[in-house]
Amino acid sequence: MSVRRLAPAELQPKAFAFTAGNLAFAEKELKKYPEGRQASAVISLMWRAQAQAGGWLPEAAIRYVADLVGLPRIRALEIATFYTMFNLAPVGRHYVQVCGTTPCMLRGAEDLKEVCRNKIGEQGHVTADGKFSWIEVECLGACVNAPMLQINEDNYEDLTPQILARILDDLAAGKTPAPGPQIDRQFSAPLGGPTTLTDPSLAGGAAPVSGLPAAAPTQPRAD
Amino acid sequence: MLADRDRIFKNLYGIRDWGLEGARARGAWDGTKAILDKGRDWIINEMKASGLRGRGGAGFPTGLKWSFMPKQTDGRPHYLVVNADESEPGTCKDREILRHDPHLLVEGCLIASFAMGAHAAYIYVRGEFIRERERLQAAVDQAYEAKLIGPNNVHGFDFDLYVSHGAGAYICGEETALLESLEGKKGMPRLKPPFPANVGLYGCPTTVNNVESIAVAPDILRRGAAWFSSIGRPNNTGTKLFCISGHVNRPCNVEEEMGITFRELVERHAGGIRGGWDNLLAIIPGGSSVPLLPASQCDNLIMDFDALRDLKSGLGTAAVIVMDKSTDLVRAIARISYFYKHESCGQCTPCREGTGWMWRVLTRMADGRASRREIDLLLEVTTQVEGHTICALGDAAAWPIQGLIRHFRHEIERRIDAYAARPDAAPVSIAAE
Repeated sequence: MSVRRLAPAELQPKAFAFTAGNLAFAEKELKKYPEGRQASAVISLMWRAQAQAGGWLPEAAIRYVADLVGLPRIRALEIATFYTMFNLAPVGRHYVQVCGTTPCMLRGAEDLKEVCRNKIGEQGHVTADGKFSWIEVECLGACVNAPMLQINEDNYEDLTPQILARILDDLAAGKTPAPGPQIDRQFSAPLGGPTTLTDPSLAGGAAPVSGLPAAAPTQPRAD
Repeated sequence: MLADRDRIFKNLYGIRDWGLEGARARGAWDGTKAILDKGRDWIINEMKASGLRGRGGAGFPTGLKWSFMPKQTDGRPHYLVVNADESEPGTCKDREILRHDPHLLVEGCLIASFAMGAHAAYIYVRGEFIRERERLQAAVDQAYEAKLIGPNNVHGFDFDLYVSHGAGAYICGEETALLESLEGKKGMPRLKPPFPANVGLYGCPTTVNNVESIAVAPDILRRGAAWFSSIGRPNNTGTKLFCISGHVNRPCNVEEEMGITFRELVERHAGGIRGGWDNLLAIIPGGSSVPLLPASQCDNLIMDFDALRDLKSGLGTAAVIVMDKSTDLVRAIARISYFYKHESCGQCTPCREGTGWMWRVLTRMADGRASRREIDLLLEVTTQVEGHTICALGDAAAWPIQGLIRHFRHEIERRIDAYAARPDAAPVSIAAE
């Protein structure tokens, strides 16, 4: 368990309301669940509220989502403090989450944390220009591509301190470094090429796709 | 070695098209209607005969689990819930299914739901899998558009499939915590009984299955239970996705037959142990929850449920974490203890208090700042946590420490002695946590 508290009052905006686009999203989301079970949408709507508020969840947004799904506000507050991906205080525009759990630790996550400390500062600290902040998180589920981290929506995998430093520099310079494995490797296949699935008849005659959709940088969400 | 034609996840590495067209070319959505036409009982019997054991860690027979759902509805709807909250350290197999072969999962959801009389299913994806969730949603949209699922679909069984997600909580991988989360609450596990098959999502009969268990179902039914059960050993049948991480030369995911030896798995697919076979110190064979095994037990180690259980470890999710002789083993396990401390939901006192206590003691032991007596004390505390909590997170926090003490007590003792011999050693107050 971790103790998680709301940001101090002086950081909290007075009011929060969804944009028209996010309201339309919310309506669609609420329809996924049976009548009377709209509370089920609370996590996805808080997620959207966090994106709209710039990467963190102000108290006003928690109250707004509670009212929207018809949940007592205290229950919504419980959700916001229980789930660790909800940031209760402002974060950098490039929010770096370094995986520190054992499989990543065995392959050098400590060194990545050191790079973040040098380039960004202590955990949770937002740089003066608002561009960066970082934290250590628990297993992100890409263990065969360790060490890795997530920056906003994208994973950067198979890192070394040098590669991470370059990625952070690129982001600071306004560039968009390509996510995914940072060494010559096909996703989770072994380095040097797959040892299985090499039989050409597997595709059933269909040609392998030329582009690799998940490797290309994707546009940030419009809303 | 398993032949490529016997592999189910033919796009594991995302080399080919993940979309509907590509999936169809690889055999997905082929004869789905014919499978449904065979009827619910045939599907469940075939799944039982295949010997498929749940791929989420516990290894409960999937066909048997499906058969627990009520045959007739009492007015309440039935639900299938797919557990895509993959968070067990070491495990990254479901991620590949979600982003590279999502149609196998979508098709499996339709078939499994049909077999259990569920007209709606939810896939609960962990919050961190953002791109994976987008990909899965795209595949679901394709299936709706092609009328493979949805109302009035070509299969003649009305079925809605929804993608839902969490926001960072390992505990939501526990099936009842997942249901709580899906209902819009904190992910705190429920007491069982009642079991989800009677009282699950929204109080309705529900079955919760792992992504891999559902995604292999269509191919099992297409190719027959006899094909699947011919692979592996009795009671440990079929193919399995292995995740090989840690100190190997080429970490990777690979689909192999159950019962492959650890040595073949690592040397054939992962480029061998870093520094050679003799540099192996220990492995964690099934995700962070299972007790580690020392190198001396790895020579002819068979990777399946029963063989690993006999060694007091487990196959778990088949996520093999390899540690070579450069590893600070006590610190590696202490980091796992920190993970469980961080992820305890706080509902049960033994787990909420015990995970933090065990982590703090183990961290001291990593430095040697402990007394020898505390090793037995720590072991005693792990048994006080184990089995005394609502869900298995307490057990999962206890087992890695028990494994460490079982096989590497001498290493902890060495550190304690080395620290005590230092001229600047501060007196150690026992378990003053």
